[in-house]
Amino acid sequence: MRGHSLTQQRPNPYVPHEAVIVRRVQESKTIFTLYLRFTDPVAHASYTYDPGQFNMLYLYGIGEVPISIVSDPEHEDLLVHTINRVGRVTRGLEQLREGDRLGIRGPYGRGWPLRDAEGQDVIVVSGGLGCAPVVSVINHMIRRRERFGHFTIVQKVKRVDEFIWPERYERWQKVPDTTVLVSSTEGSANWRWQVSGRIKVLDDVVVRSERTIAMLCGPGGFMGSAAQHLVAKGVPAEAIYLNTERNMQCAVGHCGHCQFGATFICRDGPIYPYPQIRHLLAVEGF
Amino acid sequence: MSHVFLARDDLQRMIDALRREHRQVIGPQVREGTIVFDVLERASQLPSGVLDEQSPGRYRLVAGGSARCFAWANGAQALKPLTFTPRETLWRAERGERGEVRFVDTQPVVQPTAVIGVRGCDLAGLQLQDQHFCYGDYVDSYYNRRRRSLFIVAVDCARPAATCFCASTGDGPAASAGFDVALAELDEGFLLRAKSDRGQELLDALPTVPASAAQIEQAAREQAEAAVAQQRSLPGRNLRDALFARLESDSWKDVADRCLSCGNCTSVCPTCFCHSEGDLPTPDGRQVDHYRQWDSCFTPGHSYIHGWVIRGSTRFRYRQWLTHKLGSWHEQYGRSGCVGCGRCIAWCPVGIDITAEARSIVAGEPDARP
Repeated sequence: MRGHSLTQQRPNPYVPHEAVIVRRVQESKTIFTLYLRFTDPVAHASYTYDPGQFNMLYLYGIGEVPISIVSDPEHEDLLVHTINRVGRVTRGLEQLREGDRLGIRGPYGRGWPLRDAEGQDVIVVSGGLGCAPVVSVINHMIRRRERFGHFTIVQKVKRVDEFIWPERYERWQKVPDTTVLVSSTEGSANWRWQVSGRIKVLDDVVVRSERTIAMLCGPGGFMGSAAQHLVAKGVPAEAIYLNTERNMQCAVGHCGHCQFGATFICRDGPIYPYPQIRHLLAVEGF
Repeated sequence: MSHVFLARDDLQRMIDALRREHRQVIGPQVREGTIVFDVLERASQLPSGVLDEQSPGRYRLVAGGSARCFAWANGAQALKPLTFTPRETLWRAERGERGEVRFVDTQPVVQPTAVIGVRGCDLAGLQLQDQHFCYGDYVDSYYNRRRRSLFIVAVDCARPAATCFCASTGDGPAASAGFDVALAELDEGFLLRAKSDRGQELLDALPTVPASAAQIEQAAREQAEAAVAQQRSLPGRNLRDALFARLESDSWKDVADRCLSCGNCTSVCPTCFCHSEGDLPTPDGRQVDHYRQWDSCFTPGHSYIHGWVIRGSTRFRYRQWLTHKLGSWHEQYGRSGCVGCGRCIAWCPVGIDITAEARSIVAGEPDARP
């Protein structure tokens, strides 16, 4: 953690800091959001991060898990994590309630290129439940709407019940100069968005010029196909950014689990420019 | 670097001198049919008159003719466990009455340690682990403390095993860097040379005499013969492009048909650094030791991510290991991650030979590119 510890010159990056759950919101059957505050006021005040970076969350007696930060560093005092209940640690975190304590260390990794995106058209594409990390990006841009060109938000799910924040997408639809495209492979009676397979929804994305930046989040194969499609539509490959994920234990580039080509995702990612990982995206089991 | 000669009977004096400054001395000794590095008090504990025979999937000690103490190539482990501990506690968490969680940094208390008998391959391995743990954005204080406590007495390898290929990686058979004192063993004693000031201080405290030209020539000849005697080699110093151009090669399937995915190779490798973390709570739940332990990219858990395993088959795991070890290490650390020690060949239960696999993979056709 940057500039925190008062007792050591270089704080030990492995040791978490205690935080308390100030608020808890159940977003869907499996997804919940924790609003957190470091119990040490100095730690809380000096903690800074960029959108797209992540923290290691520690559940007492169980272990750690990497979770991206979804709060807006300039607008929110609390640290916000939206978590999908999928594994051992997240199932445990789901049991925690307001007032409960956990451990946090971070922030880690490289975030989204939001500075570079200013003055450009922006396309945000997410696939499946990978949408939580991009929600923070979307909120960031909507709050600073005048700094960006045309804004396109694409969300692709396989089944309609994977689309967990319909009211947000409806709200974003009303933002000026913003296009919202939502598609599900399987439709349903009340589904008011598109029904289309694979990445067909991207056909509706309009790329006005090369001054366009794209940010992608979702499964590797999905992002690979989407990136190819966007390049074909005229988005420069180097202006496409992908949010990757792998097993992570240490988050500081030491434990080797997130090794990806010549990089560690915890340190060199999780956000990568497309050309840096293009050769590995399509390789099964890499 | 000038050489001095220490008679065989005076080796104990070196051990005594190293122990004087509250150091523990670690050195090779025979145990359960292999050579291990452990606490050493007497020169007579060294593996005198012991030779080794190594081949793919096989390691045996045999009695040798001379009284030499270092006439064997490496056993399964040497330096790595001393700096990168197989399992250690990183921090402790304590839960209070009202559910508060307190974190306590548990830095190891490290005893200054001298290691005798370190080979060129392991010095190269140590240098790579130093880069990984100490010279990145974050310093690993656990590794770093142990590393800083080491005093290293290296040994030039005069009798490589059939599995050795350090001459082809450029890391042996002689020790060239990263030690305080190096010794070359002759029948009558040892030629010593110092690399550091404290190494020179050690030599100054010993009853040495200037080495004769004949002795220096004899040691150099043995080194040259040791290099020439090596039967194995990698098909090039930098295989990065060749391997990454063949990620879809059928050779990965071929080796996966034999590989047991047991992780022996990664355990004995002096450069493999993967580790996992875990929690060990006390029975009353009031305290938790958060530890790390060696992990291997050959386990399913290594690539587990929320409900699925990215590298679900041995083909993907062997490819991950080899393309990293011989390929992307170059970009990450400026050289290959292989130091030619040959341990992964000898300790593989089915005798998979990294030099043969690398050769077979890079000999194949590159992948078709879209």
